[in-house]
Amino acid sequence: MSDIKKIKEDYIDKLNTENNIEKVNNIKSELFGKNGIISNEFKKLGLISVEERKKLASDLNNIKDELQNKISIKIQEIETKEINLKLEKEKIDVTLPERNIEIGKIHPVSQVIDEISSIFSEIGFSVEEGPDVENEYNNFTALNTPDNHPARDMHDTFYLDNNKELLLRTHTSPVQVRTMLKGKPPFKIIAPGRTYRSDSDQTHAPMFHQVEGLHIDKNINMGHLKGCLNYFIKEFFEVDKIKMRFRPSHFPFTEPSAEVDIGYEIKNGKIVIGEGNKWLEILGCGMVHPNVLKNVNVNPSKYQGYAFGIGIDRLGMLKYGINDLRAFFETDYRWLSHFGFDPLDVPSNYRGLSR
Amino acid sequence: MKFTVDWLKNHLDTKFNNDQIIDKLTNIGLEVESFESSISELDTFIVAKIINAKTHPNADRLKLCDVDIGSDKTIEVVCGAPNAKNGLLTVYAPPGSIIPKNQMKLSVSKIRGVTSYGMLCSESELLLSNESDGIIELKNNKYANKIGEKYFKNTSEKVIDLSITPNRPDCLGVRGIARDLSAAGAGKLKINKKSNLKYRGNQNINVTIKKEKAQGCTIFGSCLIKGVTNKESPKWLKDKIKSLGQKPISAIVDITNYVMFDLNRPLHAYDADKIDNEIIVRSSSKGESFEALDNKKYILENDMCVISDRSGVLGLGGIIGGTRSGTEYSTKNILLESAYFLPRSIRKTSKQLNIDTDAKFRFERGIDPLSIEEGLIKASELIKQICGGEISSLDVKKIDNYKKTIINFDPFLFEKTTGFNVENKELIKILEKLGFDVSKNKKILKLVVPSWRPDITQSIDIVEEIVRIKGYEHINTSEPIKTRLKPTLNYYQKLFHFLQRSVASKGYLETVTWSFTDSKINQLFKENDEEIPIVNPISSDLNVLRNSIFPNLLFYLKKNLDRGFKDISLFEIGPAFKGKNPGDQLTVIGAVRAGKVSRLSWNDKERIVDTFDVKKDVIQSLCEAGIDKNDIVIDDKTPSYYHPGKSGGVYQNKNEKNALAYFGEIHPNIIKKLDIKTEGLVIFEICLDYIKESKQKIKDSKSEYKFSDFQKSERDFAFIINKNFKSQELVNIIKSVDNKLIKSVRVFDVFEGENIPEGKKSIAVNVTIQSEEKTLNENDLDNINKLIISSVESKSGAKIRS
Repeated sequence: MSDIKKIKEDYIDKLNTENNIEKVNNIKSELFGKNGIISNEFKKLGLISVEERKKLASDLNNIKDELQNKISIKIQEIETKEINLKLEKEKIDVTLPERNIEIGKIHPVSQVIDEISSIFSEIGFSVEEGPDVENEYNNFTALNTPDNHPARDMHDTFYLDNNKELLLRTHTSPVQVRTMLKGKPPFKIIAPGRTYRSDSDQTHAPMFHQVEGLHIDKNINMGHLKGCLNYFIKEFFEVDKIKMRFRPSHFPFTEPSAEVDIGYEIKNGKIVIGEGNKWLEILGCGMVHPNVLKNVNVNPSKYQGYAFGIGIDRLGMLKYGINDLRAFFETDYRWLSHFGFDPLDVPSNYRGLSR
Repeated sequence: MKFTVDWLKNHLDTKFNNDQIIDKLTNIGLEVESFESSISELDTFIVAKIINAKTHPNADRLKLCDVDIGSDKTIEVVCGAPNAKNGLLTVYAPPGSIIPKNQMKLSVSKIRGVTSYGMLCSESELLLSNESDGIIELKNNKYANKIGEKYFKNTSEKVIDLSITPNRPDCLGVRGIARDLSAAGAGKLKINKKSNLKYRGNQNINVTIKKEKAQGCTIFGSCLIKGVTNKESPKWLKDKIKSLGQKPISAIVDITNYVMFDLNRPLHAYDADKIDNEIIVRSSSKGESFEALDNKKYILENDMCVISDRSGVLGLGGIIGGTRSGTEYSTKNILLESAYFLPRSIRKTSKQLNIDTDAKFRFERGIDPLSIEEGLIKASELIKQICGGEISSLDVKKIDNYKKTIINFDPFLFEKTTGFNVENKELIKILEKLGFDVSKNKKILKLVVPSWRPDITQSIDIVEEIVRIKGYEHINTSEPIKTRLKPTLNYYQKLFHFLQRSVASKGYLETVTWSFTDSKINQLFKENDEEIPIVNPISSDLNVLRNSIFPNLLFYLKKNLDRGFKDISLFEIGPAFKGKNPGDQLTVIGAVRAGKVSRLSWNDKERIVDTFDVKKDVIQSLCEAGIDKNDIVIDDKTPSYYHPGKSGGVYQNKNEKNALAYFGEIHPNIIKKLDIKTEGLVIFEICLDYIKESKQKIKDSKSEYKFSDFQKSERDFAFIINKNFKSQELVNIIKSVDNKLIKSVRVFDVFEGENIPEGKKSIAVNVTIQSEEKTLNENDLDNINKLIISSVESKSGAKIRS
């Protein structure tokens, strides 16, 4: 008995100081191999008396367990050490730059169009479109602006022929005409798109964007117009309150007509929409003129409604603090990167209009 | 339309202060553009401080002063004053100022070799005293915090500038504005004083309005004023004319202008002694000419309304008079004209000749045809008062009688349109104050429209008048009606949004460029499309509608390369025009990619962008927008602006006529022509209109979910094949061997050269084979392998590499 105890203690000591996995394995076979020391001790059991055997077998088993346990712990210990050492050697500098990220952007005009469409979608408007090239009739005459009308001077028009029959649309209003001509009332549409006027300076570009709105039904009145625009402006600028003013004005295709101002103030050099005592004109609107309805075969004694036209670029400038309209169309990589929007940033009601 | 509050008060009794008047004007639709003092020549003189006065390098008696004028930088001024010294506060006149003493206009000038920007002023130069020995010394305590401010207080009366909409000619006169204000409760319109003018003699210059088809004049009223002394206008009249932003000319001209702005009644004064016998109002003949008061000679077309005498044209009626019969200081006898010209005729003539005058602006919008006499009387009285003379009786010739406009108005239309109610009593009061004659017939109001309101022709115009005067603030704000008539976006609109964001997500910056472009660049991209010139382009390099998006994209790509950017990805989605009629346009995405991939990367090898970069971008975008990649077929026919060997077309399926997209390198000739300097340039385009709408929504089009759990095998093959044989075809041949078992075919290696015969290439493919019914054994696989090899060899002429 004292023999095997001695063996055990010797080997435990050995294992404690051993750090080489091969040597540990050697110890393992020295002890438990076919002719291993412990294996041999077990073999001896058959040679002794039953009483002694019981006692010895139990002691032997305990020693065996203890040694095996010690060996496996030791192996694990050494392996862990080795792995850690290996990983330590593999260490890289994770602060080195990642592979090039290519970040695309959505142009502010596109983003604002999506924002506008999302807002009007919430109150049941659908999106219509019309061609950029229009005929004189759709752009002017059908909209109650006959040739000899001074109101035509308000639009500097690009023409495509000398008879002035074909032109680049000066506003999105011809989409009203097209929509009503091809369908039957009621109508409830918005029509965003490119528009063109032949003036160009710091605040005017020969091409800009408008969104037209049209809602025609049996009992649509100016109260609905006010409600609709009030809703839109509040949603668009993402403010709880908006100061808004309807001012009488004149457009040949609406009557009564109004221009809409919103209140603003300048705080720390930045424009703040919704408060303040200054007014900023942002759109024109009115009740669709009965002459227009007649021109598109809608009976004005049965149907009536409102229309509006909003400058998209200007709205974008106000909301996102962009100063220069011309820069919208100059494709400066720096500007596009700065003012552009992430492609995944799709304006929607449930996720919020903007981040 | 400009006027002063004082002038307004000639017509309006009001207790309103200026701010209230301004607010009221805006609220009734007469938009106030500005309310400020008219510009004075003295505005330019500002308080300044000499920061540093040193001796002029070339002249001992002159000084070189750094002057603080309240802006970011100091200004350098040469000054001869002995008292110019550091810290002195004085008055500075910038270049452009007019010095009151000698009326000289200052300019930037070199004084003894040093440039002087403006000057420092003495009291005598500003006519403040005779002190001319040195520059003004301002007191520190009063002016130290006023540097940069105007030295002279502008005391001229503030002028209201209104932007009058084209439907309101009546408000192009102060009286009309006063009338609108009175209707809106801002005061009481003053009643015109009855004239007690005494006429002496007859207007004995015969006037004839010729009855012609194109006659643009229907009424011609006139009177003679004999024995006048024309002179400078008195101060009150000069001030009025100046407040309009105009220069006083002479009493007679100023009076006619004054009456025009006061009553919106244009007049014209002729020197009666220069008229050859009689006045004939007629249509011009082509080639007639005259010299107008703007000192230009106009050559007329047919059918322009002219006022003439026996010698020829005197002036264009209602537009501009002529020099031949113009009044001068020496004029003794005047013929005063007050006429009615048809807006249509005025507009046509002035457009043809490109003339814009205050009279034209008014007649074009419609002058009150019943104001002929009122205008003659008011002007004659003033002329008599200022210039003396005797006034003849009024002579009014007409070829047409004014017809009243009558509207039967149902007040219910008001509430139906505006959504709120106004009592009949109030409604009638508003209309009467605006000058309507109102009588009641049961529920209907019979309205006689005032002669000065040509814009009012139907009931809706009446609604507008009432709501405008009552105030838009009375309109309720209703909750938006949320009813939807149809989906917000149709298929192509959705496609637009998907593709736009999907291309952007590949690293492209979206841009928006003009729909027009430079014909010289456009022609490189227009293929067989017709060129669409703009008749009146904004500039000669934006003179055609773009047939393609690339002319603008490449133009701006070059600009950005010139800015020093090397790796650029840009795209635009928008119209490309195919013809000049409405609707001859396609919605197209154009995208360009220039430079390198992995530039300056520490771990990847950098390389120039190539065709397969844009091929990936275009195919992936299309797939993201819902197109099935398995249907896509690639072809190598592309428009001529692509590199003929390194570009491809994308078809939605093999029977499609139009390519829905192209991709590839741009033709080297174009890069050279446009002088674009970049390492690599690839482009792609997608035409949204050529994408076929899927008939089914996604909820109906998903096929059953099936998969196989049996073991799959992969086999590699390498073929030697003709260089021009398309890999897409090879893949199709292999797939067609057994559509069920062959799950995928991937090209993983292509090369030419060493060990490959001339004109041939080696293509290696990896084929995945899997059955849905069983595990394939070696025998099965061998059979398929053999079949693949024999099919490819027989259909493509390829040889398997051994």
